Amino acid sequence: MERRRFMQCLAWAGTGLVWTARGGVLSATVLGEASAAGADFTFGQISDTHVGFGGEANKDAMGTLRDSIAGLNALEPRPAFVLHTGDLSHGQKPGAFDTLAGSLKAVRTEKIVYIPGEHDVAIDGGKEYLSRYGAGTYENRGYQSFDYRGVHFVGLVNVLSYKPGVGGALGDEQLAWLRKDLDPLTPSTPLVVFSHVPLWAVYPAWGWTTADGEQVIGMLRRFGSVTALNGHIHQVLQRVEGSITFHSARSTAFPQPAPGAAPTPGPMKVEAGQLRRLLGVREVHYVEGTAPLAVVERPLA
Amino acid sequence: MTRGLLTVTLVAAVALAAVADAATPSVQIKEFKFVPALLTVPVGATVTWINGDEEPHTVTATDRAYTSSGLDRKDTYAHRFTTPGTYTYFCALHPHMTATVVVK
Repeated sequence: MERRRFMQCLAWAGTGLVWTARGGVLSATVLGEASAAGADFTFGQISDTHVGFGGEANKDAMGTLRDSIAGLNALEPRPAFVLHTGDLSHGQKPGAFDTLAGSLKAVRTEKIVYIPGEHDVAIDGGKEYLSRYGAGTYENRGYQSFDYRGVHFVGLVNVLSYKPGVGGALGDEQLAWLRKDLDPLTPSTPLVVFSHVPLWAVYPAWGWTTADGEQVIGMLRRFGSVTALNGHIHQVLQRVEGSITFHSARSTAFPQPAPGAAPTPGPMKVEAGQLRRLLGVREVHYVEGTAPLAVVERPLA
Repeated sequence: MTRGLLTVTLVAAVALAAVADAATPSVQIKEFKFVPALLTVPVGATVTWINGDEEPHTVTATDRAYTSSGLDRKDTYAHRFTTPGTYTYFCALHPHMTATVVVK
């Protein structure tokens, strides 16, 4: 907490970067210079697969998903598990969850942990998603927490209460659950909190915010090391606030413009050679004791 | 007798005009907006929405009484309004997109 740095944004150079977090402050090194040696475990993050997407921005979203899976499978050591931070499907296209399940069978990992994006729940209020992925989550509601080798992981659902004018929100019941979940933990417990929509106000005009996210952030401030991962905005973006580091992940399907850089947040068309640099997956290395988390962005090209 | 027949014909013509109007109202979805944002239609009208964006959108009643599926580019959705009233709706994927249909 003595180290405090606000708004650390990095321009993307097109190659991998390793993020090492100590006490909530990140430092970056080039991927080739980084090593997972000494890490107690590694986990992966995949996001915004948007199965069913067929727009101009990427005519082969299933192909880039396959490449993303190949990227995950090339990791050494093998990731202990993989987080999917939502928008599995593209607007709940019929059969999309089946298609994704078929594709992700190829991922070499113990388990994949899912949270929904708004594309997975907007049509039916989450019925289909929760029937498939609700098992093992709190009262079948999609949110959950688990511990892995000393790190407490919390998966939040902030896409189930969309209503006119209001997008991302957790709602009072989930906030109460989170308060109870975090209550017994000591401040030295490393936390990884993942949600689909960013918890902080990236760009509210495009709905890139969580209405009650500040309440979540307030609950996280007493912890010495918090890593908050999200999807939704299809681009890498970092923010550091006290001991909390926020990371937005790329999509495996299509990129979106930087906040305010286009009239709308619709899929961004880029030159063919550029596309794969803007899609990809993420791996996170955890080293016990000193609690540094190294977050590695892996573009597809 | 002639006059009575003429009246009947006129009524039929008016009814046909109403049916024609009811068949045509449409809302374009463009650049993350419903256009027009306020549409007035007669009772019984079927409104058609057409998505012109690359991004999928939905047409979802505020009370979720009805909803389209995720509309891709050029997909359409139609809903018939049978009761007078003011009906607000939004896009369940982009909830800042809101609009209204008034049925008279």
